[in-house]
This record gives sequence, structure tokens and C-alpha cells, in this order.
Amino acid sequence: MTAAFEPCYEPCYEPWDDTRGAEIIAEHASQEGATLVILHALQEAFGYVPEAAIPMVAQALNLSRAEVHGVFTFYHDFRHKPAGRHVLKLCRAEACQAAGGDALAARAEAKLGVSLGNTTADDRVTLEPIYCLGLCATAPSAMLDGRLVGRLDEKRIDALVAEAQR
Amino acid sequence: MNMRIFVPRDAAAVAVGADDIAVAFEQVATKRGLPVEIVRTGSRGLCWLEPMVEVATPEGRVAYGPVSPEDVASVFESMASNGPHKLRLGIADEMPWLKRQTRLTFARCGVIDPRSLDDYRAHGGYKGLERALSLGSDAILSEVTASGLRGRGGAGFPTGIKWKTVAQAKADRKFIVCNADEGDSGTFADRMIMEGDPFLVIEGMTTAGITVGATKGYIYIRSEYPHAVEAMNAAIVAARRGGYLGDKIGGSTTSFDMEVRVGAGAYVCGEETSLLESLEGRRGLVRAKPPLPAHHGLFGKPTVINNVLSFAAIPFILAEGAKAYADFGMGRSRGTMPIQLAGNIRRGGLFETAFGVTLGELVDDIGGGTFTGRPVRAVQVGGPLGAYFPRALFDTPFDYEAFAARDGLIGHGGIVVFDDSVDLRKQARFAMEFCAVESCGKCTPCRIGSTRGVETIEKIINGERVSENLALVEDLCNTMKFGSLCALGGFTPYPVLSALKHFREDFAPAPTTLQAAE
Repeated sequence: MTAAFEPCYEPCYEPWDDTRGAEIIAEHASQEGATLVILHALQEAFGYVPEAAIPMVAQALNLSRAEVHGVFTFYHDFRHKPAGRHVLKLCRAEACQAAGGDALAARAEAKLGVSLGNTTADDRVTLEPIYCLGLCATAPSAMLDGRLVGRLDEKRIDALVAEAQR
Repeated sequence: MNMRIFVPRDAAAVAVGADDIAVAFEQVATKRGLPVEIVRTGSRGLCWLEPMVEVATPEGRVAYGPVSPEDVASVFESMASNGPHKLRLGIADEMPWLKRQTRLTFARCGVIDPRSLDDYRAHGGYKGLERALSLGSDAILSEVTASGLRGRGGAGFPTGIKWKTVAQAKADRKFIVCNADEGDSGTFADRMIMEGDPFLVIEGMTTAGITVGATKGYIYIRSEYPHAVEAMNAAIVAARRGGYLGDKIGGSTTSFDMEVRVGAGAYVCGEETSLLESLEGRRGLVRAKPPLPAHHGLFGKPTVINNVLSFAAIPFILAEGAKAYADFGMGRSRGTMPIQLAGNIRRGGLFETAFGVTLGELVDDIGGGTFTGRPVRAVQVGGPLGAYFPRALFDTPFDYEAFAARDGLIGHGGIVVFDDSVDLRKQARFAMEFCAVESCGKCTPCRIGSTRGVETIEKIINGERVSENLALVEDLCNTMKFGSLCALGGFTPYPVLSALKHFREDFAPAPTTLQAAE
């Protein structure tokens, strides 16, 4: 019998620590083209990529600070400061638009009092757009801290928002 | 014998509760004291029926769906007694929606346990590679070329020619890169096959490796697909353990290994040269071509870069022969295409079929129209860079050339259906907005043109000098189409111009009385 897959979705991150940061960087630095791999690993550990880590990555990879900063800022995924306690991503691409996603996104924005791309004042919820979760035949879809939810309707989006606010 | 119950672990099924269903079945079975084996599979692709569960019977696997947690107890009783149930769909393989398909690439998806190398092999897996190893490079190239396979990412470049170019290139190292940065809205075939049959992708890449003399492969998966990343990583470990990756693969003298790399939310990285830059750890700036990646690709070495579905088509071609594949299709589009029906559609999902089926058959007949029950007004084919087609073009056959002849593209095979509440002005603006946000910034037509496009369409929406601004948008689209470095800027005009051409009424200036009222 296959055990039920029950991962912990509550994001729990370490506080930034440069020794730990250096360790993470060293762990991946020998890979070819390691910049993205390292930035992902840092964000996975700390929840964001602290400013202080950029020169450390540059030094480890024999790159300039500007080059690493350039990579860091090019990609939507990387954060320069921690997100809210929960991250609610709403798919805003065409398939979800066709299935009524616009109204649901507006509803979530109104409930949370922030527009897409922002974090609530109490730092509880970051609301973000995402361009396609690949759940286009069970649209509209969302992701709350890594958990996928499809076939959203008003009831489901309200429940998700309430869960995120907890 | 234990009852065997199959519950998908595909992200689309999980998003509508499949994990809870799997747990509920275990609980019910324990309560009833009946031993069951729950197998987590991929998805069969009948997304409107997800979570769709199956039970093994002597007659074949019987499907039920869509199953909610409250249904589990009664479904379980029906399974145990082989009795009727309102959600019982009959033998899965006999369901018309599946039976109508020609599943060459997706034959195993939703059937096997994607974590099990043994299950893959028991269902014909690695037969293609075994034959490839006995054929040698030249014969494999002839097979791939003869199959007529064209790049399934959207560009439709003949795979055999690409592979041959890399095979003939001289270098100390060569690479195989799989483009799994499936960012187009309305497409999910890459995700489904990676989650539902990951060994197939590995087998396809390995075959490419032995053909061109590459020993290292990368699969670049977008970060929006965590389940696919997990599935591919697990399969790579299992393939290594089983002797199908690493030194002397499948008992041969050849080596090939691969690893997963994860993207970071940049749509443009689905463009192959941008993807290569990203893999090298840089900003995903598009490279000018030539040189082609086949000559000067990853880390400057000759590189085969193909889409997931291209690699996934290879094992069938090698196992069954080029002719078996090329016998399907029309014109220069040979074989099958996994088509994805999405958006506002009653029966959405993955439908693999030979090229040549018409758009109307796909949307109305197979897809059943909209789930809102309103009339279909527009369909966008081929992702955010694909054209919007009206009903008048529903006789277009699914074929690279037929779509191109009507100023459209099939892209990665996604079809997004919209009902009559759609406002094509909004969709046209969105296309430009998306391009503006995702442009890598390297070339001016894309970087600046998209922003000017948003502004100009907004003016049209606001009723400012509508006819002049419409002419300006058309002119701008032509500049972007012919002046951009890659498909992002070059194809963004497709949704915009098609909206203008086929849905002109949406762009008409508001009646003067209304304008006066504003």
C-alpha cells in the first residue's frame, strides 16, 4: 500500500546567516552554470535571497556582483525580501481567464485588501499572479504555499483566502 | 488477491482532490477489512472527470469519476461487488473519449505507476532504446528522419535533421537538452507526460544521446511544475539504479546521464537559446541565430535541444519503426499530436490524435463546447502567441501548414476555448502586456513595441482616435513580427492581429451617443 503523500506546506525558513549561506553556495558551486541552482537553494533555505548573499555568490563563481545581480533580477521567482507567511498564487493566464479567473482574482484582491503582486499589511499573505500552472482543463487554478487547487469558484477562492489569512 | 485501485497523482487530479481520495480509499478498505493496493498513476487526461479512479477487474480496468471524498465509500462498495454506481464509467479503455484517440506517446500515461521502472518495462518501455542500441547512429537517424517527426515545441523543425547536424559536428563534448519550460497557457502535455510517464522522456533523451554522441543531458523544467520536477528526479534515480542512466547503459558500451534543472519564472526561457543561457546560469537573453544550437549550443558545444513531446515520441518510433509513426497524419505533419483542450470547455483534457482532425471537431465534438453552456466565440490555439480563431475557421485541419496558411499556429497543441462573454480587445491588450512583462529586452521591436502596443490598444479601448490607432497597432505588429529576434516578439502579433481581423466588431468605436455620455 502506498503511503499517503502528506508534505508540510507551511513554509518554514531559516533566518539569514552568512556561514549557512556560504555552506549552501559551496555545496552547489562546482556545478556547471550554477547561478540559478544556488539562487534557488538560497531562497529555499531563507525564503528570499538576501542582498548580502549576492557578492558571496559572485565570489564563489568568479563572476562580478553586477552579473549575479542581473541574473537575480531577471527571473520573477527570486525575492529580495521575505514573502508573507503564506503565498497565494492565482493563475492569470488565458485558460484561467476564459474560465472566469478575472472575477475571482478581483474577489481575492478585495478580500485581502491588496492587489496582485503585494503583501498584506500584517505580512500574513502575499498575493501573486502566476502565468500558468498547467491545470488549464480544470481552470481556474491557484497555488497556496505549494498546494494546487483547481476548479476555483467563489466558494473555493473564499476558503483559500481564509486559509491563507489564518 | 488484493484489490488494485488506481488513483492519479497528476497535478491536475491532485488540484481537485486526488490525494484526499487516495487516503479515503485506504481508510475505507481498512474499515472494511479488505486488503487493497493503491497505485498512484499519471492522469488519463480526461480532466473533467478528475479525480478519476480505476479498479482492476478481469475484464479490464473500470473507471469512476469525478470522485469526491463523500463518494469514496459507495464507490468502494461498487468496486468490491462489481456493482452499479452513478459515477461508474465502464471499462476505461472502452470509453469513447479514449477510444477515439491514437495514443502513441501517451499510451502508458495514466496506466502505469510513474515511479516504477519495472512497470514501465512491463508496458513496453525501453524497447525503443534496445533497438536503437542495436541499430547504431546512422540507422537511428534514418528512422527518426523517415518518421517525419517535427519539433513538438511549436516550431515544427524536422527532428531527424537537427539530430544529424549534431551527430556530424566534431567536438569534445555534446549535450542533450530537453525543453520542459512549458509556459504556454492552455498547454499541459509536457507536465502530464513528465508526471505520468517520466521514463519515456528519459528514454527519448538517452536515445538522442547515443545517436549524436552526447553523454550528458539536462531537462530544464519550469518552477511552476513542482510535481513534474519531483517525478523526473525520482525517475532519473530509478533509471540510474536500473542501469539505464550512467555508464554502460542497458548493458552497452555507451554512457549517458542527465539531471533536472529548474527554471525561475521567465516565460522567455521556453525559447531555446534563452533556455541555454539560463542553463548556463545567466539572464535568459535570446541569442541571435546563427550559430544554431546544433553547432554552438550549451556551453558553446553542439547541442540537441528538443521539446519534451519530441523526445517522448522517439521510443515509439524506434520500437515500432518509422513507418508505424509516419502512417498517421496529413501532408508534412506526420504522426500524432497530443492536443490539449482547455479553458472554458466541457470536456477538457489531453487528446492525442493523428494530425488532420479539424478545429471544429476538437472543440465542439470532442470538447463538447463550453462548460458555461454559452456559445463558443473564440479559441486561441498555440498559447499566448497563438491566434484567436472564430467559428468561421473551425474547418481548419490540425496541421502545421494549414494553421500557418490562416495566419495561425498550432504551437504546442493547446486550445483555449472562450464563450461569447469574451472581449477580444482585452485579450489583444493582454497579449501585448504579457509580451512587455516577459520580453528579455534584447531586441527593440519586442521590448519597446509591446509597451507601445499596450498603450495604443488602451487608447482604442478608451475610444481615442480609434481608426488611426487601429492602423498604428497593425503597423506596430508588422514591425514586431518581422523585426523581433525570437518568437516572443515575433508571434505576439498573432493574437493581436487575429483579434483585429476576425473580431473587428469588438474594436469598433462606441456609438457616439455613448461617447457623448462619457
